Amino acid sequence: MTDWLSPDEWQAVALSLKVALWAVVISLPLGVWVAHLLARKSFWGKSLLNGLVHLPLVLPPVATGYILLSLFGRRGPVGGFLEETFGLVLAFRWTGAVLAGAIMAFPLMVRAIRLAIEAVDPKLEQAAGTLGASQLWVFLTITLPLILPGVIAGAVLAFAKAMGEFGATITFVSNIPGETQTLPSAIYAFLQVPGGEASAFRLVGLSIAVAMAALIFSEYVSRRVADRITGK
Amino acid sequence: MSLSVAIRHQYPEFSLDASFDVGAGLTAVMGRSGAGKTTVANAVAGLFRPDEGKVLVAGETLLDTSASVDVPAHRRRIGYVFQEARLFPHLNVRQNLLYGKWFARASGAEFDRIVEMLGIGPLLSRRPSALSGGEKQRVALGRALLSDPRLLVMDEPLAALDAQRKAEIIPYLERLRDDAGKPILYVSHSTSEVARLATTVVMIDAGRVVACGGAAEVLSDPSLARAMPIREAGAVLIATVAVHDEADGLSELTVSAGSVFLPKVRAAIGAKLRVRVEAHDILLFKDAPIGGSALNVLPVTVTSIRQGDGPGAIVGLMAGDDPLIARITRRSVRNLGLTPGEACYAVLKSTSVAAEDVGAA
Repeated sequence: MTDWLSPDEWQAVALSLKVALWAVVISLPLGVWVAHLLARKSFWGKSLLNGLVHLPLVLPPVATGYILLSLFGRRGPVGGFLEETFGLVLAFRWTGAVLAGAIMAFPLMVRAIRLAIEAVDPKLEQAAGTLGASQLWVFLTITLPLILPGVIAGAVLAFAKAMGEFGATITFVSNIPGETQTLPSAIYAFLQVPGGEASAFRLVGLSIAVAMAALIFSEYVSRRVADRITGK
Repeated sequence: MSLSVAIRHQYPEFSLDASFDVGAGLTAVMGRSGAGKTTVANAVAGLFRPDEGKVLVAGETLLDTSASVDVPAHRRRIGYVFQEARLFPHLNVRQNLLYGKWFARASGAEFDRIVEMLGIGPLLSRRPSALSGGEKQRVALGRALLSDPRLLVMDEPLAALDAQRKAEIIPYLERLRDDAGKPILYVSHSTSEVARLATTVVMIDAGRVVACGGAAEVLSDPSLARAMPIREAGAVLIATVAVHDEADGLSELTVSAGSVFLPKVRAAIGAKLRVRVEAHDILLFKDAPIGGSALNVLPVTVTSIRQGDGPGAIVGLMAGDDPLIARITRRSVRNLGLTPGEACYAVLKSTSVAAEDVGAA
């Protein structure tokens, strides 16, 4: 595999995979929780939360990146706190790329999981309650198994989105080869230098392959939601 | 074992104010649809919180709004059998049955006994989607029983099934009522189910309890006929199997007023049965009828006459110790000159009693 990608290209691909994987891993539990809140609970400020979750989808990514930089930069309110307390630096590090990817992918993830939760008949959860299961157990033994295909689909979509994230990432963590230069940043960089088209072309092809695979896989898994819920 | 319910709830267009105390056995909550039956069942199970109310099961308070007691549904230990079985689609029958065991305190060797009682042994490894409606409902029943409930609530458990499936499940419900020793709160709008199964009947009409008592008395009370579909009105006779006549395919049953012949029943001699006699199947005669085809003529006394707005009247009768009701026209009441206290004869065609209207007492 390494022989048809140059070391620079390979580095970008590997970093993208790492960033996207971490973005999914850290945001998935939160995504399931938020999706459950939006699908099943009614509370004050629900539309506000819904708007906030979907904001990255409609906001220019550069704006999101700038907001992240202001908040999570080393002198930002959250960034300063994280560095002092945990020694965690996000700005201009790959960890920051993870955060940017996670936030940009969050609406897609929540949307897929929320749809899966809404497809679960609340009457089943009620029945589980009468059999002695507390809310948490109902969620773990009834809701979660039934939405698992939707959770996987959401995770796959989020992975693909995080992998391709560009605007917010380049604004927040810049384009540092080996540290924050992900696949799209690398394509952009190759296009800025004479003779970089060939590399850019290979990475674009790779991006298409990854995106297609993710879409097909998530489509396949989503189709199994219905089968699973009807018990086939 | 007792259940005590008192709930009050105000809906925009409907107010519910129901209270009753009942003992062991199967208590049927009956009434027309929209009378508030399911709301009562849900309040008992903790699936619905009324504005005000009190629910006590076996002396333990599960709900008392005045004392801010509201035990959550999952800690009430009330098994609920819903109209739709609500089996978990991702679990097979065995896992569905055992679901409640994860949370129940008691764990016994009950599993085999209940599986056998419900006849669901061959289904254990199947998914719910591969079960018929009747099978699903039996599994749901087993699942509720195995969660070690102190009370079973059933909300129209047979309403979604066709006549054949109903007939398949009713014997299991009878067995449950008689063997399991669990009190059952059974919501139904079907007079025939209630006549077949209920020990006690709580009749609800427009959110109020209009009667609460033994099944035989409540079902044969002419004044309550308006709370149930009039075509379904009918009383329950308690009968003992005396003789089977194989040649004619008949069974002779002893009732307090004499004996009745029915198409051969599947019960041993000496077995006690409850026979539902529908009000519109009874003919009344002033004098003992002669030369008729009907095999059953019982001497009865008129206890009450209730005339409604329509052409019909409901006549309350006493046949020995068993109350009956007959639905005849107002004109006939006038022509026969029926008045309370009057003696007359009730005639019942043997063939008008359907097999599914005869069950274990």
